[in-house]
Amino acid sequence: MMLISCPHCGPRAQAEFTYERTADSVIQPDAAPAEAIEHLIARANPRGLDDEVWRHTFGCRAWLVMTRHRVTHAIEAIRAVGPEALP
Amino acid sequence: MTRYSALGLVRGVFNGQSHWQPAWRDPEPKANYDIVIIGGGGHGLATAYYLASVHGIRNVVVLEKGWIGGGNTGRNTTLVRSNYRLPQLHNFFEFGLKMWEHLSDELNYNVMFSPRGALMLGHSDADMTMLAQRGDAMRVSGIDSELLSRDQVAKLEPLLDMSRSARFPIEGGLIQRRGGTARHDAVAWGYARGADRLGVDIIQKCEVTGFVREGDAVVGVETSRGRIGAGRVAICVAGNSGHVAAMAGLKLPVESQTLQALVSEGVKPMINGVIMSQSLHCYISQSDKGGIVMGGDPDNWPSYAQRGQPMVTAGAIAQAIALVPALSRLRMLRTWGGVTDMSFDGSPIIGTTPVPGLYLNGGWCYGGFKATPASGWTYAHTLATGAPHVLNAPFDLARFRRGDTIDESGAGPMPNHR
Repeated sequence: MMLISCPHCGPRAQAEFTYERTADSVIQPDAAPAEAIEHLIARANPRGLDDEVWRHTFGCRAWLVMTRHRVTHAIEAIRAVGPEALP
Repeated sequence: MTRYSALGLVRGVFNGQSHWQPAWRDPEPKANYDIVIIGGGGHGLATAYYLASVHGIRNVVVLEKGWIGGGNTGRNTTLVRSNYRLPQLHNFFEFGLKMWEHLSDELNYNVMFSPRGALMLGHSDADMTMLAQRGDAMRVSGIDSELLSRDQVAKLEPLLDMSRSARFPIEGGLIQRRGGTARHDAVAWGYARGADRLGVDIIQKCEVTGFVREGDAVVGVETSRGRIGAGRVAICVAGNSGHVAAMAGLKLPVESQTLQALVSEGVKPMINGVIMSQSLHCYISQSDKGGIVMGGDPDNWPSYAQRGQPMVTAGAIAQAIALVPALSRLRMLRTWGGVTDMSFDGSPIIGTTPVPGLYLNGGWCYGGFKATPASGWTYAHTLATGAPHVLNAPFDLARFRRGDTIDESGAGPMPNHR
């Protein structure tokens, strides 16, 4: 299990968190249809680092973006975000 | 290459079994092939076998970065069935199931296909309605399925907790009696031996590191053992689909996640067939060695690690014990994890890609093993003719852009939300 440092609560067990989606697949409400479809159905899915949207569901319920290695599971960075701050 | 037979065994009695030869060659890669298949799992090897045996294309190579059958072919729960609701899926898997029934003869290799019955349990009126609907859909397409009462289920699997106070009370079930299990390694080895005998080169410890491009088209691969030219290149790498496709600049509707399974110590026969559930997500069967094989949900976050997290297997075990309380007395022998390429509608992708010369077979989620023969057959057809077989035509990559997804569970586009 990963130890995830919630920006609000500090280090907590992964069991408190849920994975939502990759950061590059967040669709903006005003995106053009073609662009929205690309975000919806295409993933870089790298065998390495990627930015992921997680949620501290069973804690403070805040959203966060985690830069995580897909093979080693090492967490490089975690930042707090709201919907308005997503890429 | 000699045929395997009972006579061969008898002959070995007199020579100390010293006449056996390796089942496939270990050749050096040639500079060029008509078709390069990336990935030496069951699907890649089956594709090579059918290219050679059905389409007469024998200048084919299978490139495998590790050892053949060492990926998901060796990491599944070996279940074979075709009990899907949607016609695109059950027609495809039924075609495969019919191939399984003759696969040992076809390959002259015992894949130990054991049609012991695939039973899906229902735990409520709603479950039974879903099961009846699924069973009807299958029977309309001529596939065997039988709705079972509580008593019939209890008779089939006496160790199920049939009490009304059970955590998941059992109301009945849907059985596909022709479903069952097979020996996973034998499938890879049988196809490898069959393909090799027809002239296909199988190159192990050879990782593809990039594509050779000519304009837009892919005309070969760069590998850890040098450049190999190709008429057509076929991706067949399961969990690594996204990784390999990215080398060609493609982004797929796929996320790679870990799927775990586990096996207990060997015990006397206690589970007669394959037990699944309409509401839960756990699979229970007993291997021919006696171990109870169990699987459950994937770890619902992206990973290429080939190892999972105990809290996920604990969930699958809890469900299995709730269904069959006697399992709580067993000790766990092993767990393992594989990288599954979770597609966004839960169905596979077999066909062409936007890149000329490059083909894709992936997105198998956690249902790839049973598809091995049908996947190889249809992928070989697609590679040989440049156009999909009627069975894999619905499973093209472009369906996601068209909005024409094949969503068996009706769970929408996020692989971790199904």
